[in-house]
Amino acid sequence: MAQLEARNLHTSYGLSRVLFGVSFEVEQGSCIALIGRNGVGKTTTMRSLIGLTPPSEGEVVWEGRQIAGLAPHTVAKLGIGFVPEDRRIFPELTVWENLDIARRPAEPGRQAWGEDEVFDLFPDLKDIQSRAGGVLSGGQQQMLTIARSLMGNPRLLLLDEPSEGLAPRVVETLRERVRTLKESGLSIVLAEQNLGFVLALSDTCHIMEKGEIVYSGTPDHLRENRDVLDRHLTL
Amino acid sequence: MDSLIQFAQQDLGNPGLAALLSNPSFAFIQLMNSFSQAMNLFIIAAGLSLIFGVLRVINFAHGAFYMFGAYIVYSVAQEWTGNFWLGVAAAGLGLAVMAVVIERGLFQYIYDKEHLMQLLLTFAVVLILSDVAKIIWGTDQYSVSYPASMKGAVDLGVTFYPTYRLFLIVVGPAIAIGLWLFTERTRFGRLTRAATQDREMLSALGVNVPIIYTGVFILGSVLAGIGGGLAAPFNSPTPGMDATIIVDCFVIVIVGGLGSIWGSFIGAIIYGLVFNYGSVIVPNWQDVFPFLILLAVLLVRPWGLFGKPEGGNA
Ligand SMILES: Nc1ncnc2c1ncn2[C@@H]1O[C@H](COP(=O)(O)OP(=O)(O)OP(=O)(O)O)[C@@H](O)[C@H]1O
Ligand SMILES: [Mg+2]
Repeated sequence: MAQLEARNLHTSYGLSRVLFGVSFEVEQGSCIALIGRNGVGKTTTMRSLIGLTPPSEGEVVWEGRQIAGLAPHTVAKLGIGFVPEDRRIFPELTVWENLDIARRPAEPGRQAWGEDEVFDLFPDLKDIQSRAGGVLSGGQQQMLTIARSLMGNPRLLLLDEPSEGLAPRVVETLRERVRTLKESGLSIVLAEQNLGFVLALSDTCHIMEKGEIVYSGTPDHLRENRDVLDRHLTL
Repeated sequence: MDSLIQFAQQDLGNPGLAALLSNPSFAFIQLMNSFSQAMNLFIIAAGLSLIFGVLRVINFAHGAFYMFGAYIVYSVAQEWTGNFWLGVAAAGLGLAVMAVVIERGLFQYIYDKEHLMQLLLTFAVVLILSDVAKIIWGTDQYSVSYPASMKGAVDLGVTFYPTYRLFLIVVGPAIAIGLWLFTERTRFGRLTRAATQDREMLSALGVNVPIIYTGVFILGSVLAGIGGGLAAPFNSPTPGMDATIIVDCFVIVIVGGLGSIWGSFIGAIIYGLVFNYGSVIVPNWQDVFPFLILLAVLLVRPWGLFGKPEGGNA
């Protein structure tokens, strides 16, 4: 059984309908990617999973349990971490405080994330612990927002456009950090526009178009079928 | 100096100003009165400011909470036990219970509503509570004795000063420091600051934000209750005391900057100084002082002395 299963998700913001039956599965320890142009519903899919914008129809099955409609804090406590696209660092809290408020103990027997482990993964954060979140660079903020969700010891990470707005060198570092996380056994749902990032990390790619998944395949398959990419990703 | 006194007395025809200038111990007593009044007001205003800072709700019922604190001290200290401190503790506890009921039963439903809705609901609570108070305590004016251990006065060298008022001057800063340590140095305090900045993100990190809100509401309301309890010996519990205090608190909180503890602290001191010295110099203007302070600050710094301009934190 898959660790996470989205079944036929329909989600709206008020009267405007955004998702029209999104379904996919995430195996434990794997990385699936949601790709597609701006506004196709990648972020909305993630918000539906974590409970910030609950789906009006469809199911989210997490480790065998139906979780659609639960409050976000309940979903987070069940082991799903959320890294939003706009990062949403608490600007007036220091780096350390941003980490501390997200702290939650791991289940017994699992590798636990605390600030020491997080600083091992993102050494740059260690030196700026007492700086306010609001004054960090884009790259630092992105590291911090990932580090922050790790403090909650999730078993799956929703990673929304981590490379957005970052310099190529920073993106490269970030990609290696995410790879490390994946190799440690963390499952990942990745929304990205940066194709290199996606092809390097994901096991399955889902291309979205107008609130639906229109293509699913492995990165290798995508590489061989450039026409699919051209059709769905370029304007 | 003598000519100044004479100028005040004869040319200005202002005996109050002349007394301040000619009698150092009289002027000193006004200073101490300013501080003790300020510190009592600070305790109450800090609660109002704390609740607004996190919940973004202007709780008009805060004055009624203060009134209940004063009445509870009367009942527990004066009528039942004779122990003032037990009365203050009961006021704090009583307000904690009231806060849970009111926040869980009513306020939790209005956080996402427009300001007008919030205003109407908190005002409805004001009306209900003032009637409940009349049902329980009637319309009498009660007097509450000073605590037995603090009935006298202390010799400060310049003059004698009532022990209890001196005690208030010490309690205010202690509470200010305690609140500051709480928000800056405890995890719950950090969570309250995070909730102020981005409530949705905090919930996505696994934090049950409604519980934080309830906690902050309790804390703010307990401050109102304790503030009312401590005021009872010199502000006899009586109907209407809720309306007076809420105006004073608003002035202090807006002057200091909504949501800022130290802002409320400084705002309260400014209020105390203007009120006490002003009352001596222009006694007929007493009721206007709060508004004059408010006007002066709003003209120069509309977001208050310690506040941030609207939209300052995204
Ligand atoms: N809060 C909202 N209220 C109303 N409509 C919204 C809201 N958020 C997003 N939408 C709309 O929903 C659609 C999908 O948006 P979504 O953010 O999920 O897309 P996305 O694939 O993440 O895009 P991007 O690549 O730009 O992040 C868009 O048409 C957007 O305008
Ligand atoms: Mg998006």
